[in-house]
Amino acid sequence: MIPLSHYLLLSAFLFSCGVLGVVVRRNAIVVFMCIEMMLNAVNLSLIAFAQFLGDATGQMLVFFVMVVAAAEAAVGLAIIISLFRNKQTVNIDEINILKW
Amino acid sequence: MYSFAPLIVLFPLLGFLTNGLFGRKIKSETIVGSIGTAAVAASFVIALLIYIEMLGSAVEERKHIVTVFEWIAAGTFSANVAFQIDQLSILMTLIVTGVGSLIHLYSIGYMHGDAGFWRFFSYLNLFIFAMLTLVLADNYLLMFLGWEGVGLCSYLLIGFWYDRNFEKGTTGDAAKKAFIVNRIGDFGFLLAMFLIFNTFGTLNYEGVFSQAAGFSVGNSLLFWITLLMFVGATGKSAQIPLYVWLPDAMAGPTPVSALIHAATMVTAGIYMVARSSILYALAPGTMEIVAVVGLLTAFFAGTIGLVQNDIKKVLAYSTVSQLGYMFLAVGVGAFSAGLFHVMTHAFFKALLFLGSGAVIHAMHEEQDIQKMGGLQKYMPWTFRTFAIGSFAIAGFPLLSGFFSKDEILWKAFADGAPWMWAIATLAAGVTAFYMFRLVSLTFLGKERFDHHHHHPHEAPRTMLVPLLVLAVLSIIGGYVGIPHVLGGHNYFEEFLEPVFAAANSKMMLPSHDSAALELGLMATSVAIGLLGIFAGWKIYTEKIQVAEATAKRFSGLYTLLWNKYFVDEAYDAVIVNPIKHSSEKFLWKIFDVKVIDNTINYSAKLVEATSGIFRRIQTGVVQSYAIIFVAGILLILGYLSVW
Repeated sequence: MIPLSHYLLLSAFLFSCGVLGVVVRRNAIVVFMCIEMMLNAVNLSLIAFAQFLGDATGQMLVFFVMVVAAAEAAVGLAIIISLFRNKQTVNIDEINILKW
Repeated sequence: MYSFAPLIVLFPLLGFLTNGLFGRKIKSETIVGSIGTAAVAASFVIALLIYIEMLGSAVEERKHIVTVFEWIAAGTFSANVAFQIDQLSILMTLIVTGVGSLIHLYSIGYMHGDAGFWRFFSYLNLFIFAMLTLVLADNYLLMFLGWEGVGLCSYLLIGFWYDRNFEKGTTGDAAKKAFIVNRIGDFGFLLAMFLIFNTFGTLNYEGVFSQAAGFSVGNSLLFWITLLMFVGATGKSAQIPLYVWLPDAMAGPTPVSALIHAATMVTAGIYMVARSSILYALAPGTMEIVAVVGLLTAFFAGTIGLVQNDIKKVLAYSTVSQLGYMFLAVGVGAFSAGLFHVMTHAFFKALLFLGSGAVIHAMHEEQDIQKMGGLQKYMPWTFRTFAIGSFAIAGFPLLSGFFSKDEILWKAFADGAPWMWAIATLAAGVTAFYMFRLVSLTFLGKERFDHHHHHPHEAPRTMLVPLLVLAVLSIIGGYVGIPHVLGGHNYFEEFLEPVFAAANSKMMLPSHDSAALELGLMATSVAIGLLGIFAGWKIYTEKIQVAEATAKRFSGLYTLLWNKYFVDEAYDAVIVNPIKHSSEKFLWKIFDVKVIDNTINYSAKLVEATSGIFRRIQTGVVQSYAIIFVAGILLILGYLSVW
C-alpha cells in the first residue's frame, strides 16, 4: 500500500504550487487555473483520508468542492470577460484603481 | 385649618402664573394689580385664621407638619415638600403676607403707567411664593429652594427697569452684583447642608434638632455647621462682609426695596438662625461671632448712612444697620428679641421706604435730598407717616421700635457684654441722628427744589392707605412685647417660647432680676436716642452751616464715610479685578485656547498621520492582498505547530 504520508505530501506540494501561482502570475486566467489546482490538491487529501479512515464522508465532501469549483470558475470567467471588454487586458497588475 | 396651609403658598404661585402668562394680554392695570394683591391677601387671611386657631389651642398642639407631596426619596434620604406650621413660621408668614399685601396695594399706584406693570406683579408674587416656601419649609432642602428663589426674584426685580442706567453702570449690573454676592453666601449655606446631612443623616428639622440635643456644647462639627450657615446669612441678610449688594439694590423700584430689602428677604438669614436655634445654642463660638458681626455691622452701616444724600441709600444703610441689631440679638441668645425687631422693623422700614417712594414719585424721580426740602406742606400725610416711621426707628418711647430695640440693648448688656451695649447704644444714637437728618432735609426747612420743574403733590389713595396702616402698626406693634420692668407682659416672647425652649435649656442664660439696672440702661438709651433726634432735627432744619463746617473740619473722615469706607473699591481691587484679569489673560487666552483647543486639534492630527501611514496597505493590486493572506496563514500554521 502507498502510505498516507505520500498522498498528503503530494497534496501539499500541489497546494503550494497553486498558492505560488496565484501570488506570482500576472495573467488573470492563469491565476484562476492555479486556484483550480489548489482546490484539486484539497480534493486529493480528502480522498486519501477517506480511503485510509474507511469513512465515505471524505468522498462526499469532494463532490461539494467540485460543485463549488465549477460555479466559481463560471462566475470568475464571466468577470474576466467583462474586465477585458472594459480594459482590453487581463494583466491584473493593471487593474489597480481601488487603492488609496 | 392647618390642612389649608398649602394654600398659603399656592395662591401667590397662581398669581405669578396668571399674571406671568396672561398679564400682557390683560390690558387693565386694575385687574392685574388686583390679582396680585388678592393672591397675597388671601394667603394672609388663611395665615391669620391658622394663627387664631393656634392661639385657641394648647401649647403642645401648636406645631403641625402638613405634607404636600413626597419630593425626594433616595435610599435613607428623604425630603418632602412639607410645611411646618409652628409659632415661628406663622409669625414670619403673617409678616410676609401682611406687609406684602400692603406693598402690593401700594404698587398699583406706584407702578401706574409702567410698560412692565404685569411683569412687576408676577415677579412680586413669585417672590412671595419663594419667601413663604422658605419660612414654611420643614427641611433645609426646601428652605434652600425658597432661599434661592428669593435671590432670583431679587435679581429680577432689581433689574426690573433693565434699560436704565444706575450710578456707574446699569441696573443690570446692580442686579448681577446682588445675585453673585448672594451666591457666595449660598455656597456657605450649601456646605453647611452637606455637613448637616453628613452628621445627622437627614435634612428635616425634626430629625436634625432631635439628634442635636444629644450633642455637647462646643462640638466642633456644630461650630462649622453654624458658622457656614451664618456665612449664608451674611449674604442674604447683608451683614459684613457681604452687605455690599444692598445699597446697589436701590436701583430697583421702591416697592421692591420696601418688600424685599427691608421687610422680608433680608430677614431670611435671621429666620434661619432662629429656626436652627438649638444648633447655635450648642455652638457658643459661632454665637459670639454672630453677635460681634451684627454689632459691628450695625455701627458701621449707621456711620455710612450719616452722610448719604440719596433718600433710598440712607434707608438702605439703615436696613443693613438694623439687621445688625437683629443678629446681635440672636447672637447673644435673645432669639425672640431678634424676631420682635424683625416684626417692628418690617413695619417701620416698609413704611419709610414706601414714604420715600411717594416723595420720589412726587418729585418726578428725583432722589437727592439736597434738592428737596419743605415738602411737608405739599405732602402732609406722607410727611406724618414718614415722621412716625422715623420716630419708631429712632426708638422714641412707646412706639414699636422702642420696645424691640430696647429689648435687644438690654439683652446685649445682660447676656452679652457691657461694651456690646455701649456700641449698640451709640449706633442707636447715630440711627436717630441720620433718620431725622433725612426727615429734616426732605420735608422741613427751606425748599431747595426748582419750582418750575417740580410740582410735588400728595400721593394717591392706593399709596396712602398702606402708609397709614403701616404707621398705625409702627405705633402699636410694640405692645405685644412690653417688658416686665415697665409693668407689661411680653406676650411675644411667651408665644415663641416653645420654639426656643430646647436652645434656651442648652444656653443656661442667667436670670436677670435687676430691674433698676434695666430701667437705668433704658433711660440712657432713650436719652441718647432723643439727643440724636433733636440734633438731627435742629442742625438740618436751621443750622446746616454746622453740618457743613463739621464736614470740612473732618474732611478725611467725611470722605471716608461718603465713599462707604471704600469697601466696594477694595473688593474690586482684591477680588473682582484679579479674577477678571486672570480669567482673561490666563484661563481664556492660554488655557482655553492653547491647552484645551490644541489637545483636540493635535489628537485629530495624530489620527490623520497614523491613518496616512496605514492606508498604503490598500495598493489596489489583488496579488498583494493574496500575499498578506498567505503570510497570515503561515504565521498561524507556525504558531499551531510550535504550540
